[in-house]
Amino acid sequence: MNANPARFALRDIPRLPLSAFRAGVIGAVKEGKTLLALCAMPAGQNMILCAALGLRRKGEIEIVLSEPVGDSYPALTPDCPQAHLFEREIAEQYDIRPEGHPWLKPVRFHQPRRQGASVFPGAPRPGVCDYFAMSGESVHEVAVGPVHAGIIEPGHFRFQCNGEHVFHLEIELGYQHRGIETALAANPKRRLFYMEAAAGDTTIAHTTAYCRALQALSGASADERTDALRAAALELERLANHTGDLGAMAGDIGYLPTMSFCGRLRGDYLNMTALLCGSRFGRGLFGEKGAKHELSIDTASELLNRLSRTARDTETAIDLLWDTPSVLARFEETGKLAPQIARQLGLVGPAARACGMKLDARRDFPTGYYSKNPLEPALCHTGDVYARARVRWLEIRNSLETVQRAAQQAVGPLEPEDTGSLAPESMAVALEEGWRGEICHLARTDKNGLLDFYKVTDPSFKNWAGLAMSLRDQQVSDFPLCNKSFNLSYCGHDL
Amino acid sequence: MTALADFLIALALAPLLPGIINRVKAFFAGRQGQSPFQLYYDLLKLLRKGAVYSTCATYVFRLGPVIGLAAMLGALAVMPGGSGDALHNFDGGIIFFAYLLALARFAAILAALDTGSSFEGMGASREALYSALAEPPLFVALAMLVKTTGGLSFEAAFPDAALLGGTPRLLAAAALFLVFLAENCRIPTDDPNTHLELTMMHEVMVLDHSGPDFAFISYGAALKMWVLGALTARFLLPFGPGFELRQEALFLAAMFAIALLTGVVESCMARLRLNRVPAMLLAALALSFAAFVTA
Repeated sequence: MNANPARFALRDIPRLPLSAFRAGVIGAVKEGKTLLALCAMPAGQNMILCAALGLRRKGEIEIVLSEPVGDSYPALTPDCPQAHLFEREIAEQYDIRPEGHPWLKPVRFHQPRRQGASVFPGAPRPGVCDYFAMSGESVHEVAVGPVHAGIIEPGHFRFQCNGEHVFHLEIELGYQHRGIETALAANPKRRLFYMEAAAGDTTIAHTTAYCRALQALSGASADERTDALRAAALELERLANHTGDLGAMAGDIGYLPTMSFCGRLRGDYLNMTALLCGSRFGRGLFGEKGAKHELSIDTASELLNRLSRTARDTETAIDLLWDTPSVLARFEETGKLAPQIARQLGLVGPAARACGMKLDARRDFPTGYYSKNPLEPALCHTGDVYARARVRWLEIRNSLETVQRAAQQAVGPLEPEDTGSLAPESMAVALEEGWRGEICHLARTDKNGLLDFYKVTDPSFKNWAGLAMSLRDQQVSDFPLCNKSFNLSYCGHDL
Repeated sequence: MTALADFLIALALAPLLPGIINRVKAFFAGRQGQSPFQLYYDLLKLLRKGAVYSTCATYVFRLGPVIGLAAMLGALAVMPGGSGDALHNFDGGIIFFAYLLALARFAAILAALDTGSSFEGMGASREALYSALAEPPLFVALAMLVKTTGGLSFEAAFPDAALLGGTPRLLAAAALFLVFLAENCRIPTDDPNTHLELTMMHEVMVLDHSGPDFAFISYGAALKMWVLGALTARFLLPFGPGFELRQEALFLAAMFAIALLTGVVESCMARLRLNRVPAMLLAALALSFAAFVTA
């Protein structure tokens, strides 16, 4: 049991027999713990399973390891739906068969990292796999992508419909797989770059999670000003993306005013990040040893100036949404996700908070700035597009305040954080609330204190299934709007 | 002679209507916007290009744009413009007009189905459903004309419509404006600017057309906008045959006002949910009926 970012000495983590591991994880999730990550990892000649669990009300993180698994083990998914995609990933990455998994398919269509049970024989090709199918006179299938009419990332969507009515949507990704996790361990010098590029619109959050993991492993203490700068940058990232999303949702329903304004405002927020470090997406702002750019008093006052101007415009642009009946009619009751399904799937971020799930890593597992400035998560209860839009707006308002306060605290010279030597044979879990939701980074060091295993879990990985479920019994024509209301990352999922 | 002038004016100015709508939308969005003559440039560009045909598409696919444009030219010929004369005037012109609109749609739907694409099939089914619902308000408004005048041609009917009170004419014009929005794939029924293939109606049906075929479709759509706009305008401006500069100017002003209004509507409201579109068309039908009853 440990607070975020958490460090564990490998020898202190119990290795449970597989049956105990399985029962333990399922039981923990039933008790209300969150499955932060589940993966297989090499341990000497063998493979073991590893689960990271979080207890939100106490802010505690724990890691459970299993005894070596052979080429198969009984799947957790039937009793713990949160594990479904993690177990598909395990099957694909290490060729271990989760026996009894209800829908075992590749996730990213790559060759396994080791030879095992030949779960997916042959050379995998993206999108070539079994799909859920319905048969009958009036049922038909609509397939969209991976090449889309707009400039977006590739993903394949299959709808089983009857006319406009959708029975089921299956989402197939993997086209953006770059092999980031394996490259991370193999290429230490490029690690920061991979982190910044894991999901381009979440640069700050992923980089911060990585730095936190290093801090935990090295025992380095974080510099207070750097932490404030991290919070300011993280919230700027949230502001830019949430504003952009609300604009894009307005665009999808053909509501021009908000769409046009938000497009510009998103740019303004991105430019504020550029003010901090020269990159609109915050690349190069943070490194392994803390922030690379100090915040001078002039820059800070310029930032706050711009912020208050842009905040006013944002309020005007987004209030139009809540004041226009045709917009509300379109948002309400569209893409409704039942809270119990969201909970079973382990959704995170605004999508979960829109279903009334009170979870936010900034409150539940606070680090740095957030542990001193507690934050109340924005909540909505209807689980529809309206709720997802509304949660974003509430978060925009919170973030505006946070940037304002954090930026003032960040002014001044920064202390480098000494993350040079990492504790050997340890594991670390770092959580960070990115704008899409909770990011989980899991790292392990070998006996020389070098990273030998790294796992990134982007919130998109958990939330794509939520999008699929929200389309049940909806209209095909509502898919783009639902999709935008989740706005999940393809490359963050595919890594 | 004046009828021919009107016909030529319509042919020349029709592509300006979408241009004006776009300009109004750009103004609301705080953009400068494209030139109002953009569609003319696009048409010229498309006419110079070659066309690509899918190997599984048949002659039905190639016939679609031709029939569509021909039907619109025919509809324009029976619709009197600013001078009050129609190019081709005969008893039954009103019915002919309505069925030409239907013929154009039928050709477009067949051409879309001919590609075998699931998107275009989806768009075609939506188009079939919503245009079927848009027809009753149009027919009831036309029936009102016929009831008043006893004749089945626009040229005879419009002057007599002046005998009607302001109320039925306004109601009918309102109903026809809703039909105008629906038939021309404007917000709130369809979004002509969307790139989201799953929500499109009309735009998705023409995805496979290219080059001159697509020019025919775009020009046909502009003409359709013109004739439906003229119909709406003429309910409000029921002057008789014969050329008068004042009439001509009033008519053109009304046409541009309709384009302006369309732009304002598109800038101020979101698109309806697809399954709420019938409610709007039913409202149009109710307006038409009210006009019919009060006439």
